Amino acid sequence: MSAATAAARRAAHAGMIGSAARRNAWTLGLLGFLAFLLVFTKLIQPSYGVTGVQGLAISVLPLALAAVGQAIVVISGGIDLSIGAMMALTSVISASLMKGQPEEFGIAVVVIVLLLGLALGAINGGLVVVTRVPDIVVTLAMSFVWAGCALLVLKTPGGGSAKWIKELVTGSLGNEWIPKAAVVLVLVVAVIWVPLRRSGLGLSIYAIGSNRLAAFRSGVSVGRTKVIAYALMGLFAALGGLSLTASTGIGTPVPGPYTLMSVAAVVLGGVNLAGGRGGVFGALVAVVILQLIRTDMTFLNVNTNLAVVVQGVILIGVVMIGSLVQIRRARA
Amino acid sequence: MTATRTDLLLEATGISKTYGAVVALKSASLAVRPGEVHALMGANGAGKSTLVKILTGAVRPDSGTIAVRGRERTVHSPGEARRGGLVSVYQEPALIPDLDIRSNLRLTETPLEPFRHWLGELGLEGLDLSSLARSMPLASLRIIDLARALAIEPDVLMLDEMTAALPANLTERVLEVVGRQRGGHRAVIFISHRLIEIAAVCDRATVLREGETVGVVDVTDGSEERIVELMLGEVVRDVPAAAERAAAGARVLGARPRLTVRGLAAGTKLQDVSFELYPGEVLGVVALEGQGQDELFDILAGSDRPSGGELLVDGAPVSFHHPADAIRAGLVYVPADRAEALLMQRSVRENIALPFITRLRDWGPINPGDERRKVEGGIARLQIDTRAQGEVRRLSGGNQQKVTIARWVAGGVKTMLCFDPTRGIDIRTKQQIYVLLRDLAEAGAAVLLYTSELKEVQLVCERAIVIFGGRVVAEIGVADADETALLRAAYNLRSDAPMPEHVAAEAVAEGPAEGSAEAVASSGTEPEADR
Repeated sequence: MSAATAAARRAAHAGMIGSAARRNAWTLGLLGFLAFLLVFTKLIQPSYGVTGVQGLAISVLPLALAAVGQAIVVISGGIDLSIGAMMALTSVISASLMKGQPEEFGIAVVVIVLLLGLALGAINGGLVVVTRVPDIVVTLAMSFVWAGCALLVLKTPGGGSAKWIKELVTGSLGNEWIPKAAVVLVLVVAVIWVPLRRSGLGLSIYAIGSNRLAAFRSGVSVGRTKVIAYALMGLFAALGGLSLTASTGIGTPVPGPYTLMSVAAVVLGGVNLAGGRGGVFGALVAVVILQLIRTDMTFLNVNTNLAVVVQGVILIGVVMIGSLVQIRRARA
Repeated sequence: MTATRTDLLLEATGISKTYGAVVALKSASLAVRPGEVHALMGANGAGKSTLVKILTGAVRPDSGTIAVRGRERTVHSPGEARRGGLVSVYQEPALIPDLDIRSNLRLTETPLEPFRHWLGELGLEGLDLSSLARSMPLASLRIIDLARALAIEPDVLMLDEMTAALPANLTERVLEVVGRQRGGHRAVIFISHRLIEIAAVCDRATVLREGETVGVVDVTDGSEERIVELMLGEVVRDVPAAAERAAAGARVLGARPRLTVRGLAAGTKLQDVSFELYPGEVLGVVALEGQGQDELFDILAGSDRPSGGELLVDGAPVSFHHPADAIRAGLVYVPADRAEALLMQRSVRENIALPFITRLRDWGPINPGDERRKVEGGIARLQIDTRAQGEVRRLSGGNQQKVTIARWVAGGVKTMLCFDPTRGIDIRTKQQIYVLLRDLAEAGAAVLLYTSELKEVQLVCERAIVIFGGRVVAEIGVADADETALLRAAYNLRSDAPMPEHVAAEAVAEGPAEGSAEAVASSGTEPEADR
């Protein structure tokens, strides 16, 4: 290799590092905001410590998993409004299957529920691809279907959970500052998302969200990729449902606020709603931020109704400031 | 220069603009006198588009002043520029696709009578104003855009690559109308990569290179040389002479064809097309707008399915259900419109790597070393400017087109289908693409090249087929493929008969009535096709 090409390669690498920092600037900014919030929390509630972090980790787990699933679908150019209902359905199914059963049976239940999640997601995606009805309509309709199914399984909150599943997300691992729930979350994302991001399938998901025609012309199977993106979302919804069962010990047939909260986290996390841009890490940080804001409101004794308003204002504010910064940078 | 400052209709001085690390304009200036047609020239990436956007208020400059009739002003939006008498016609049609023409006119408050008048002048008198913009051919949309701009009677009319997608007959009308604007109190800023057009209608030319105005040239006989010299800055390698290629063409004809097309038909546009494409040759395809060439390429690229005929690759019959099938068979497609090929928000790397994953087994982990080697190979081979590689949309048009070609070259190319790959691209990049196509052919690849610029046939092809009304009407060797011969063949005329006036007139009238080649092509290539 000549000196010139070596220099060119070095320059290209330097450029890549620079552009990588630029691409992740949003996530870095969110991390800064999170650090600020943690300091703020400690200031207004000096007793905030190990228990607070433990509680935070458990309470963010279901929404964090939902947000990762939602992020994958949004990156592929879609959106799923049935994610909350899916979580309720998978949660009640797991709770009713596990109730009164031996501990080992829990393993089978987990496998069954995860496969079911993949199937539910694939059904959503398949309907979007086959009917060509917009994602938002299909998944809104399916949210009623999944919510109805959940009520058919369990009319009222009930069921049970294997003990080991509950223990999987409560308490800490080794150091008391490392909550098990956070470890589970990091492991799940590391095992599923990280390899996906570096795989051909991951690139295909970004490609169909960025420019369907270009992806099609480049030989990417748009429909198949879309179904897989939805199936992955279903998998994360099932993980979210299992985490609900694990953290409460029962299954609740009424969907929580996870659908819209997951969309909010994805937007705050820097994923472009038009598809093709962003990643799941920003969404994960956003989930923690949203939860921490809620905690701080409680500490500050803010009226709960007002707290919801404040949360909305902060969401819009952060996204707006971020857009302004990006526009500035584009102009500069 | 005798004109004083106040004599100038429009004057821009010291304009600069940077986008992050990329300097789009360093110090550009432009002075337009009333009554002149002023050419704005420059290689892609020279800063032409940015200057145009600044003049029309779409982008704000970092520094510099713009004066209209001697008075300095800041333009904040295209609407404001329009009210100030500055109207531009962009490369992309600016009509709302889902509205009919009449509603589109109302949207911009265009007076109807002058619009009809200019439409007539431009050769589209029979236009139905209640038809949807979506259903019109691209060429007609551009003519409508121009007529709309003329109807407003702007002081300064800016035409960005107005003739790029037009067939020869409409181009002639446009040039005639533009030429008639000379001598009045208005002015036209004319942007085109075609020097012949510049020579035909322009009075002066301002040449940009790398973000700077490097010269203002009076357009006279022989000034083309000077303009090219200014634009290029440095000499580029020439493509091999046509005569050499004619001999080479004879050599490869004995081999087995890489691609055989027999009696191919699709819908009403493509009737019966047959030809053979040999390894080691560049085969030109020449046709007027909407003669079935779009359908032909869509079928070969696997985006569309034929209604009849057969395709053979290396002698074996094939049928493509998805572009992935065509890519596996070695047939790769480079469209004219970069927006149809690139992931604009993604990086150069991802764009080049995208087609490596067309097989299901490629969905697994990417081998980073292998990918980087291929991507860097592609970047080096096409000399892509990687300063803004984080997002492809920040590259210049020429560099974007290089990325669409690099993605195929990086993986090793057997058969390349190029549909007007140099449309709207500067001379320097064009030359690089010509050299690359020749190199690919010499390395044994087969290249099918549709071109709307007839002189490209002699520059890069061994031979050319001419399609008219969905059939191959002529095959011309490179030695005889001068622009006149090709144009006659494209109109389906015998080479010895003079071209009758009414044929040109008919071709114009047929344009909109026949429906849109572009519309058919784009509806046929929707990704939904692959369930």
